[in-house]
Amino acid sequence: MSTEILDGLAAIVNEVAGVPVADVQPDKAFIDDLDIDSLSMVEVVMAAEDKWDVKIPDSEVKNLRTVGDAVAFIEKATA
Amino acid sequence: MSAPIRVSPSTEFARIMSVGSYRPERVVSNAEVCKRIDSTDQWIQERSGIRERRYARADESVCDMALAAAVVAVERAGISPAEVDTVILATVTHPYPTPSAAAEVAFRLGTAGAAAFDISAACAGFCYGVAMAQDLIRGGSAKYVVVVGVEKLTDWIDLDDRSTAFIFADGAGAVVIGPSAEPAIGPVVWGSDGEQYAAISMTQSLIDYRENGGERFPTLSMQGQTVFRWAVSQIAIAAQAALEKAGVSADDLDAFIPHQANMRITDAMIRTLGLPAHIPVARDIATTGNTSAASIPLAMDRMLSSGEVAHGGTALIIGFGAGLTYAGQVVHLP
Repeated sequence: MSTEILDGLAAIVNEVAGVPVADVQPDKAFIDDLDIDSLSMVEVVMAAEDKWDVKIPDSEVKNLRTVGDAVAFIEKATA
Repeated sequence: MSAPIRVSPSTEFARIMSVGSYRPERVVSNAEVCKRIDSTDQWIQERSGIRERRYARADESVCDMALAAAVVAVERAGISPAEVDTVILATVTHPYPTPSAAAEVAFRLGTAGAAAFDISAACAGFCYGVAMAQDLIRGGSAKYVVVVGVEKLTDWIDLDDRSTAFIFADGAGAVVIGPSAEPAIGPVVWGSDGEQYAAISMTQSLIDYRENGGERFPTLSMQGQTVFRWAVSQIAIAAQAALEKAGVSADDLDAFIPHQANMRITDAMIRTLGLPAHIPVARDIATTGNTSAASIPLAMDRMLSSGEVAHGGTALIIGFGAGLTYAGQVVHLP
């Protein structure tokens, strides 16, 4: 798993929702563990789209349950 | 050979002369809303910024609320109702496809048979109306136009639906738009994205309800994440374009009055726009809820009445909602 993407995502989650960077680990679920609500999740997704120049459609967002899911999606999309 | 036709003399500029609003009496707290949905006051405030909202009485119609706001606006404009020659009413909750709510309001307001029609542009409706009013005046078809935004959303929402019940509410706001010696309403930036018609729509048509029955009367449904993303990205771009077309920078604004959709959308739009922190931003949603077409004039009236923003100040207004539709412009406040 790309630590660069994980670090970038952690920075975004920190900026959007104030979650400490160290808490943003691959096994953590956005909603259940990090307390990111549905609207903050949209902001995280939009920031990720800008940062990595990828498209993450709304239909895909619900599949990104954990931080690891999101990192994997971005890895695949930028590969 | 075609006979020569005389055309209306045009007027160079138009302005918002006054604003009036009507808030239903009954205050509905988050605690009361939560009797019907599985939620909490804290959850609602965190997701939407809404603390309370107003609900109209059962016997209080869209036209009643529209009239109440229009009467105040006409009084404040210092004109007589008979001078109003056009009534444009923006709503999506008038329960009759025909006749229009505008015709009833024009009559009850005491106009001398003003031209009257409704527009259906949901939460963008008020800004659509402002754009049309300005063009009617500049084109010589009208002199004093009443533009009303009014909704009785409580008739069309499912109070047991936890994704919408806490958001929507009732109210009305109106402005009088008339001739001006100087430019006071900037070019409108508007449009639609019908590909996303399902993002905010009704659960079924009234005809389907009649033909197929079922237990559920049609109600408003919304894909919150889709709307949020669209508003924060595309609408912020439209807002920026409205500023550019008017030749006004964000620094020059005295107020930002976006449709009161959700406090989180407003906050995200401020960030995307890079709006300077000292500019007052309408946050009427906290005590009014989302009143769709009514939200901008309601918020405008509150900001002016409370002294938060001075009369004559420059404001960016922008509405966005079902359709999807949007419209925004820079205006001088009455």
